[in-house]
Amino acid sequence: MTTYLAMIYTPEMDWDQSKPAEMSGEYAEFNRAAAAVLRGGNALYPSTTATTVRVSGGKGGDVLTTDGPYAETKEVLTGYYVLECADLEEAVKTAAQIPAAWNGGVVEVRPIVQFS
Amino acid sequence: MTTAGDAVARLVREERARVLATLIRVTGSVDLAEDATQDAVVRALETWPRDGVPANPRAWLLVTAKRQAIDHIRREGRRPDKEAAAMEPPVDEAPEEVRDDLLRLVFTCCHPFLSLDAQVALALRTLAGLSTAEVARGLLVPEATMAKRLVRAKQKIANAGIPYRVPAAEELPDRLAGVATTVYLIFNEGYDGRPALAAEAIRLGRVLAELMPDEPTVLGLLALMLLQESRRPARAGTVLLADQDRSLWDTAAIKEGVELVGVALRRTPDRPDRHVVQAAIAACHALAPSYDETNWASVVSWYDVLLTVHDTSVVRLNRAAAVAERDGAAAGLALVDAITDLDAYPWWHASRAELLNRLGDKDSARVAFDRAVAAGINASTAEHLRRRIFD
Repeated sequence: MTTYLAMIYTPEMDWDQSKPAEMSGEYAEFNRAAAAVLRGGNALYPSTTATTVRVSGGKGGDVLTTDGPYAETKEVLTGYYVLECADLEEAVKTAAQIPAAWNGGVVEVRPIVQFS
Repeated sequence: MTTAGDAVARLVREERARVLATLIRVTGSVDLAEDATQDAVVRALETWPRDGVPANPRAWLLVTAKRQAIDHIRREGRRPDKEAAAMEPPVDEAPEEVRDDLLRLVFTCCHPFLSLDAQVALALRTLAGLSTAEVARGLLVPEATMAKRLVRAKQKIANAGIPYRVPAAEELPDRLAGVATTVYLIFNEGYDGRPALAAEAIRLGRVLAELMPDEPTVLGLLALMLLQESRRPARAGTVLLADQDRSLWDTAAIKEGVELVGVALRRTPDRPDRHVVQAAIAACHALAPSYDETNWASVVSWYDVLLTVHDTSVVRLNRAAAVAERDGAAAGLALVDAITDLDAYPWWHASRAELLNRLGDKDSARVAFDRAVAAGINASTAEHLRRRIFD
């Protein structure tokens, strides 16, 4: 067996505006249909809540953050971590320790929607 | 509006940010806190001129705003009643707590995880208490664009979890520098034609100085803004420092600014603060009876200090202009020409035009002046420069 990441690209989705109920119909149906192979998944807040993190000067160097998503096309998505942190400051601090962040790559930190 | 009404409006405005800051902590929501604070402000403006100002206006506003917040929560069913109940009974907040709330709001609005545009908009909206329409007008942005920018910033704070707290001691210098940058950006937006925006920035500077009276960055920022603003009447939009009628300068602002520079320098531990040094340069100019009598040697040495903490090409250009006054146009021009990355900056070309002209090279001066105009100097400044250099 091989494990896959299915990445979802759509127009910007504002979870504060669209009620989870409206979304949940189609996705709930998919979740049921694919239950045998689903290992997890999340919805993300809009890209405007993103913070992009880079570290200059190698491991432990200066942490540079930018408001907004990573928009360049030279790098591609090569992995991900799910972090549970007290706040965005802790999340960014952790993201800055991910080797990609200080190896010339970039880490984008985006909050996951908590459906209640 | 009556004088009593004006006094009430002023008082309400001064207390507004503090009440909002506490409400954000208590409710955990910027939006809800804004709505509730706005309701309390409207009530105060209705009832105070009629019934008199309560003995403790801030406490009155806070209690009223908390009640409004509870009503909002119940009405919109945003949260279970038990959470609304947790906010009751509305009690008086300790003064230190209210002060810390305002600091939390300052550091959240100016958080580096928000873009500078968003920080400026939030600071004007929540700290200065301007309406969205006023912020939009102040920053020359369509109101719909500004409304969207504010909504996005507040969503990022709420959804991405930007913390509502005062930074720890080791982070404070960096974060304070960020706050100063944001406030100075607001001041700069108002520098040319919008005195109201500059006045808001100075007002924010005063709030910061009251909250953090021992921080050189804050004192330097306020001093710098006061000293720059003191020249506004003589600047009349375009008149350069050398040609200003110094009798028009605001002497009260200069006195306050110079005193603040003194205090800030005494409180500067080891590494000089950028804003304090910039204010010290402004103070050298403010204290000079005329342009020719400016102490250029001390201006240049302050620029040398500034370069140790804030080395940019624009600072180098300004230093070169001071060197030209101290050592002559040739020495200044050599330094201006050594700066290679300001081709798009009109003042680099304008400085060259001025200095080349002083050296008698009219043709090169005219070429440089044309480049300055092409790089986007505004029309009235260009005319002023043209007369200054060529007439």
